[in-house]
Amino acid sequence: MTTKREWLEQTYKHAKERPVRFTTLSDLEVEPLYTPEDVKGSYDASLGYPGAFPYTRGVYESMYRGRLWTMRQFAGYGLAEDTNKRFRFLLSQGQDGLSTAFDMPTLMGYDADSERAIGEVGREGVSVSSVHDMQTLFDQIPIGRVSTSMTVNCSASVLLAAYLVVAERQGVPWEQVSGTIQNDMLKEYIAQKEWICPPAPALRIVTDMIEFCTKKVPRFHPVSISGYHIREAGATAVQELAFTIADGLCYVEDAVKRGLNVDDFAPRLSFFWDIHIDFLEEIAKLRAARRMWARLMKERFGAKNPRSMMLRTHAQTAGVSLTAQQPLNNVVRVALQALAGVLGGVQSMHTNSMDETLALPTEQAVMVALRTQQIIAEETGVANIIDPLGGSYAIEALTDKVEAEALEYIRKIDEMGGMLKAIERGYPQREIAEAAFRYQRQLEQGVKTVVGVNKFVVPEELPIEVLRIDPAIEERQVQRVRKMKRERNNMAVKEALKRVADACHSGENLMEPICEAVRREATVGEISDVFRSEFGVYTDPGWL
Amino acid sequence: MAEKRLRILVAKPGLDGHDRGAKIIARALRDGGFEVIYTGLHQTPEMIAEAAIQEDVDAVGLSILSGAHMTLFPEVIRLLKEKGADDVTIFGGGIIPDEDARKLAEMGVKAIFTPGASTEDIVKWVRENVHPRQ
Repeated sequence: MTTKREWLEQTYKHAKERPVRFTTLSDLEVEPLYTPEDVKGSYDASLGYPGAFPYTRGVYESMYRGRLWTMRQFAGYGLAEDTNKRFRFLLSQGQDGLSTAFDMPTLMGYDADSERAIGEVGREGVSVSSVHDMQTLFDQIPIGRVSTSMTVNCSASVLLAAYLVVAERQGVPWEQVSGTIQNDMLKEYIAQKEWICPPAPALRIVTDMIEFCTKKVPRFHPVSISGYHIREAGATAVQELAFTIADGLCYVEDAVKRGLNVDDFAPRLSFFWDIHIDFLEEIAKLRAARRMWARLMKERFGAKNPRSMMLRTHAQTAGVSLTAQQPLNNVVRVALQALAGVLGGVQSMHTNSMDETLALPTEQAVMVALRTQQIIAEETGVANIIDPLGGSYAIEALTDKVEAEALEYIRKIDEMGGMLKAIERGYPQREIAEAAFRYQRQLEQGVKTVVGVNKFVVPEELPIEVLRIDPAIEERQVQRVRKMKRERNNMAVKEALKRVADACHSGENLMEPICEAVRREATVGEISDVFRSEFGVYTDPGWL
Repeated sequence: MAEKRLRILVAKPGLDGHDRGAKIIARALRDGGFEVIYTGLHQTPEMIAEAAIQEDVDAVGLSILSGAHMTLFPEVIRLLKEKGADDVTIFGGGIIPDEDARKLAEMGVKAIFTPGASTEDIVKWVRENVHPRQ
């Protein structure tokens, strides 16, 4: 029997090979061929059955044969009533869950009438300054039956409180409220850069929310540990994997330090990955992530509940991979990425729209993106077989490789004293900036190719229609917030804000005082101002 | 006589955290031989104009991906003028539709680079179009 090395030296060496570097998007060198010799570890220890430790092949026994992934399109723009309309359209088109995009002021903890909000109200998402806006956003949408994802981080405590108060008003008990709030502050300092206060108090608020949800809103996912933004900021697949898992470890450690039992809260932690354009690397990344998380939860934290070890995940196709040039090509990119997500075994997915490099997506573009998932689910047959690529020599070898490299990063971060410390010294931030710069250079040197950008370029004018946000929206929302602030009981608001400030110092869980403040019509900006005054303001160190 | 190195302020106004492009441009300009000052994120137009004066820069490059470019560019231009620094060259980049780019050009923005622009082109443009302030 010829060994792989003999074959490479005797046969392959004489075969024709294009004069390029054969690497993944993340610059991992790949071999021409993988064989059984490349698959290390025993089947039981490394792969096992789906729904069983270490979950490499999937978190559920029957995977998509039992239930298809949730098709969850992220949406939000303008006023709450505009997004409410889009939500109801998506639900009527067969979408299963909602996913809310807030505008930048809301995401950064400013009201629409703040000076910092000028020009940004309702532009990149929906403007929500108070519980009134939240109520309008979910008008005629039964909170008890639809699971809602909210992408918000530094002001997440306030938005979750507002959602829970709206649930109360719809007559839905908190125990029945299901959904996810992103609330992953560590990756904010690493990548997305939405923050109010410094990392340590931000972590404390996250842990308060984990504790609160575990006790009071048990069907809610209080954190979505996110690699998406890390990748979009320019990280490699390995960095995305490593930094995200390290963030997760930091949250678990902090909650355990608080005195929570790991098996009480870990089952409600979920993940969120980017699905980039390197098809095999992304599938390997998702499989490696599951195996790493399962082993780390078991070995490091002594988790016993299998659900604590299951990495359940949302995924989104890579916004950064889309091009402004020849935007119709983006439909193809998104389809391939979505297919990788499904072959990687994700639990829910957002597919990007072809026009998103230009503006928020039009309704037609959103429809094509949703249909892409439906075609994969209903026509291609890939959902019929669990982990159909498992056992592929190449996939297994790549899974091992990205896992080994990510574990090496985690070792380094452990040495620094964990992710909070690593962030404070700018380690992941610098690693990502370095990778982003390296990739840009490779693109400009033609080492890496993006069709329509540095190869197969055609002269063109903006060829497709884009969505425009009416500037009058801002003025309407500003007036609405000002009116609400004039008409509410301002004494009651002041008292409630004082209670939030006291909890910042006493160490009392912040969520109950925040819920009460929101009930009394305190705003996102006002509660965030309490964080600013009590915890201090974080500013960008501007590391290059 | 050694030529004075041009000083460029790379600024990131607005509330969004999309700093990948700004940081890449800052590094590329630095590698291209310019003095580069990077403001970091979440700057107001006042902070940017103030930094431009303090740092005595020859040009300001604004990176905007939030959709607020039609508010932020004019405000920075107005503030620089108010502070007597209307000879600072203003350029920028981000997700900016052609129609808006044309309007911004009329207001005095010297160049707008949109997705797909190469760092080489940007460095070349700065070299050819930014001149030392008197």
